[in-house]
Amino acid sequence: MTDFAIELIGISKSFGAVKANRDVEMRIAKGSIHGVIGENGAGKSTLMSILYGYYQADSGQIRVNGKDARISNSQEAIRLGIGMVHQHFMLVDTFTVLENIILGAEGGFVLKKGLSSARDHLLKLNTEYGLDVDPDAVVGTLGVGLQQRVEILKALFRGAEVLILDEPTAVLTPQEADHLFRILRTLREQGKTVILITHKLREVIDITDAVTVMRAGTVVGNVRTSDVDREKLADLMVGRKVNLKVDKADREPGEVVLDVKNLGLVDHRGVKLLQDIGFSLRAGEIVGIAGVAGNGQSELMQVLAGMLEPTSGEVEYKGQSITHLKSREPKAKALRRLGIAHVPEDRSREGLVKAFPMFENAILGYQDDPRLMRGTMYNRRALIARTRTLIEQFDIRPGDPMLRAGLLSGGNQQKVVLAREIFANPDLLLVGQPTRGVDIGAIEFIHKRLVELRDAGKAILLVSVELEEIMSLSDRILVMACGQITGEVAGNAATTTELGLLMGGGNKQ
Amino acid sequence: MKFGQPSTLPRWAQLTLLPVLNLSAALLVTGLVTWLIGENPLECLHLLVVGALGYGEGIGYTLFYTTGFIFVGLAVATAAHAGLFNIGGEGQAYLGGLGVTLVVLSFDHVLPFWILMPLCLIGAMLFGAGWALIPAWLQAKRGSHIVVTTIMFNFIAYSLMLYLISHHLIEPGSQNPTTREFGHNAWMPAMSDMLAAIGLTIPPTPLNASFLVALLACVLFYLVVWHSRWGFELRTAGSNEHAARYAGIGVSTVIIVAMCVSGALSGLSAVNDLLGSTHRMNVGFTNGIGFVGIAVALMGRNHPVGILLSALLFGALTQGGLELSLDKPVITREMILLIEGLIILFCGALENLFEPFLASLFARFTQRK
Repeated sequence: MTDFAIELIGISKSFGAVKANRDVEMRIAKGSIHGVIGENGAGKSTLMSILYGYYQADSGQIRVNGKDARISNSQEAIRLGIGMVHQHFMLVDTFTVLENIILGAEGGFVLKKGLSSARDHLLKLNTEYGLDVDPDAVVGTLGVGLQQRVEILKALFRGAEVLILDEPTAVLTPQEADHLFRILRTLREQGKTVILITHKLREVIDITDAVTVMRAGTVVGNVRTSDVDREKLADLMVGRKVNLKVDKADREPGEVVLDVKNLGLVDHRGVKLLQDIGFSLRAGEIVGIAGVAGNGQSELMQVLAGMLEPTSGEVEYKGQSITHLKSREPKAKALRRLGIAHVPEDRSREGLVKAFPMFENAILGYQDDPRLMRGTMYNRRALIARTRTLIEQFDIRPGDPMLRAGLLSGGNQQKVVLAREIFANPDLLLVGQPTRGVDIGAIEFIHKRLVELRDAGKAILLVSVELEEIMSLSDRILVMACGQITGEVAGNAATTTELGLLMGGGNKQ
Repeated sequence: MKFGQPSTLPRWAQLTLLPVLNLSAALLVTGLVTWLIGENPLECLHLLVVGALGYGEGIGYTLFYTTGFIFVGLAVATAAHAGLFNIGGEGQAYLGGLGVTLVVLSFDHVLPFWILMPLCLIGAMLFGAGWALIPAWLQAKRGSHIVVTTIMFNFIAYSLMLYLISHHLIEPGSQNPTTREFGHNAWMPAMSDMLAAIGLTIPPTPLNASFLVALLACVLFYLVVWHSRWGFELRTAGSNEHAARYAGIGVSTVIIVAMCVSGALSGLSAVNDLLGSTHRMNVGFTNGIGFVGIAVALMGRNHPVGILLSALLFGALTQGGLELSLDKPVITREMILLIEGLIILFCGALENLFEPFLASLFARFTQRK
């Protein structure tokens, strides 16, 4: 019989009427890497928060190393040897690695003593697990991958035997992710237990020993990874057959719709956010922009959508210069009128007003549309009718136009934005992170709609940090790093390795 | 990823039960204070309610105060929908008074009522808006915080008005810092006279036609904020500035226009006082009305119906409080201010004090069903 590091037995947790976890059973073998997958809202995070002591389960039992445990706060979890690496790092940017690591475990009033004993311990851990972190580096100067390793060190330093990682690869390049996986494997070899929360099927297949699949608060499968493949996991997660491949026929692109030359953007501190960006985009073509988040993709989208003014270069749309527009109205409005629609990367911050009902969000950006007016006032019936059309076309649920947008799930919020922008029948669609935080069923749907648009002769510029998405949708792929385009690859010829190298800033072509 | 959202109160409970509970709590604490200074709280409450609503004249005065509070409440709410906290209602109302006074002093000899009155309203709105324009511009274009600038502009308004009244607008030969009495053609028709014309008799009070203007303003406010494009842009800019920029809404324009509308509404409150009651402008006639407006908007949740009701509450408190302090010398004006302060505290600042408790009560109730 195997030894279990963690056993969760019959865990249930409700928030008001919402049952976040229902009778969850999960056993995690000592010295294994255990994946927990599920769509958004499946209850993964709630379950892990219960294990880490942020929440108390309404009923059920937690056993750590075979012994019943009551974990009522994170200190107790740490004492039991459970460590957590959050998706958003909990580090003080201006402190060194060492200072961050002893934070909360300073060991007495005099800092110096704690620091020197901590340093020895830290260096030992560092070499033991191949973490390769300089204890005296200031955290703010470290890259994301390294900061994550600091978080891992922090957990290990506190004596973690079980390490929970929440979506750890969301912010990493493929190479950094590989490095992380090497570290996780080393941890396993040294007898540590790793719980990996993720929605990326590939990672689960690559690295885990066993998987727990969650759906709607319940466990729908506890399986050995070797017994399943990606398709089977996806089916389990969604509860029906899912088509992971995007069907896309080859298509001869048409006229140039967007032509960008030497585009540059310098912010008020003089930091070059965009440098010498040049590419063109044709009708009936999807061009994907790959890159680690924060390498200028967001700024590029905002410039093209008229939310930021470029500081140098030229942008032509259908042969007309739109670099700077001389008009009294805001540029974003003028560009929309020319047929440029924009699905922003951060839908909840930019694409929606969460406090507004769906029917008002359905006109955001198109609030001038005369078809919505009766005299000087809005015709509420026309607004509702339009919203119903969007709901129908994009299968938005629940389909209540009066519902506040903030109450919709991530996938349905995204559908509202996408539906609104596609309804405007644009010639150029700028799409940022179309499936971030969106469940698999909706991803399939959204991808299909984007390919349909392309086939209808629209030009689509797609920014995404999900390489799989970029590779399956794009006809051509541009890679951005540090505000520059570091390379272009044909969509059907791209490999993760090649893109990864370019994303790391690689050799410029 | 999101955790399950904790259940919240149903909307009707949020709009009715919660304010009632908050109000009761405020009254309870007031009662305690009253009892501590040796008065019978129930007797005082009775006197207050009767003084405000128990007889015709009291009701008239209550509605007169209500009128001014509606204007300033709407003013604060307009700015709030744009995400701005306009604390300058006081100064804007004061300057609105200047607009009214200048129009009246210049034209009440020559122009008839029907021309003069619209001019007075326009003067009040223009001057109120103008006084709000400067802080608005500074906020929109230079990022100077509107809270700081509007507070400063209240002080500037006090000094400016004191100077203007005592040096330029003062009635010649008068010892008091006040203007001459306005001509009768510049008097807002009293409600008692208007109703008498259609055969209804109510006791004469300062309640005047401004009350109708205030009600009209409530309706317009609702239509513009929730049914017009400008209202949509206003609320978008106020709820989510990023989304507003995304949607091609000129946020700085929205800020400036919203503040001007807010200032104009504050300015209108001066019409109620000057043309409806005093018929002249005294130093400090606004008497803190701009600050009451903040409480009114806060309690009324920036919605015209709520503002109407909370303006009524504060109107009744003002009137009932004055009556009470006549009957009970121990209950001074400061005591009434204390009550108002407690109401603001419980209904505004501590708005959600009882919310978790009520929510859990509701959750238990709905689960049992």
